[in-house]
Amino acid sequence: MARIIGGVTTSHVPAIGAALDNGKSGEPYWKKVFDGYERSKEWIRKVKPDVILLVYNDHAVAFSLDIIPTFALGCAAEFPVADEGWGPRPVPKVIGHPELAAHIAQSVILDEFDLTVVNKMEVDHGLTVPLSLMYGQPKAWPCPVIPLAVNVVVYPPPTGRRCYALGRAIRKAIKSFDQDLRVVVFGTGGMSHQLQGPRAGLINSKFDRSFLERMAKNPKALTKITHLELMREAGSEGIELVMWLIMRGSLDEKVKEVHRFYHVPASNTAVGHLILENAK
Amino acid sequence: MAKAHDYDDIPGTTVFDAQRSRQGYHLNMFCMSLMKPGNRADFKAGERAYLDRYPMSEAQKQAVLDRDWNRLISLGGNIYYLAKLFFNDQKSFQHVAAIMTGSTQEEYAKMMINGGRPVQGNRSKKEWAKKRG
Repeated sequence: MARIIGGVTTSHVPAIGAALDNGKSGEPYWKKVFDGYERSKEWIRKVKPDVILLVYNDHAVAFSLDIIPTFALGCAAEFPVADEGWGPRPVPKVIGHPELAAHIAQSVILDEFDLTVVNKMEVDHGLTVPLSLMYGQPKAWPCPVIPLAVNVVVYPPPTGRRCYALGRAIRKAIKSFDQDLRVVVFGTGGMSHQLQGPRAGLINSKFDRSFLERMAKNPKALTKITHLELMREAGSEGIELVMWLIMRGSLDEKVKEVHRFYHVPASNTAVGHLILENAK
Repeated sequence: MAKAHDYDDIPGTTVFDAQRSRQGYHLNMFCMSLMKPGNRADFKAGERAYLDRYPMSEAQKQAVLDRDWNRLISLGGNIYYLAKLFFNDQKSFQHVAAIMTGSTQEEYAKMMINGGRPVQGNRSKKEWAKKRG
């Protein structure tokens, strides 16, 4: 049987990818970011997941204003790395796990989550930056990745409560998959940031730290945060934090916090990162 | 008249909702077209002529030509779509964020290193009105 062994949350700031790709990760500004992931790299080398389910948002790359799926599950055998306007990131292509992805889609749709199934999709920095932070610069990603793209670009994104509940359904789906696979779920995006308008540059460390604190111990409280509060407190783009709750919902109620990192800034954004393991 | 929303009270912020996504559809799709090298070359060869391929409003076209970022947002532009336009100009998110906030890139980068724009005083329009006296 497949099972979820842990979860990772991390910001997916594009400038982090650019810093790594352009050999700037040793510069003082960026070193402060990458240093926070040293332990994480060790952790993922040690737990060696067979599959990663990676929750992220597409940034007007694979999806445009033509079609805006709220939850889109990547069921393809592979996902090319997108050219977001300055050439594709020099990272390996992403290999999927079509069998497990199809099983998850079937299971959660019958559980009343109306997912969009995607069989052809390019992936952007939202997906590749978290992989780079956890694995560095390998020739090939060490395991298959199932992308789950969540709309957070066109308001409204799904609610935190809905995201958490989808996580529960994904957990049930993975548990009922008939192959012995160890799965790690990533919830990416955030933390506080605003990229647009005269309020751009907003950071709310107090809010972020409280969010990090509650992820392990009291995630249900986080599901009650309204979109209005998220945007007011964490910035218009801070609303990405709903995606973390899909990851959290997929874990046990009781989890062990293995690692926590928080840093301001990476470009315009507060970087937040957690590793949680199922307690037993 | 546009329906009032609770989030209209967040100062200096335009929430990209369904109404704005409709208003900015062609503007944003124009921006997205710049992800293709051939389109980038055509745009470079003649910005105005390229813009005329899209049924955008005159105001939207002018705001693109002027790279007036706050105006583009007010006309239905979304920052992730507008990014295709400023990447094409070899500009970064920080460069554009600085312009949108009325500061130099240096000042803006310094503000970020010092912990960013604080939320205190930036939560509501009432707080902004008070700040501006």
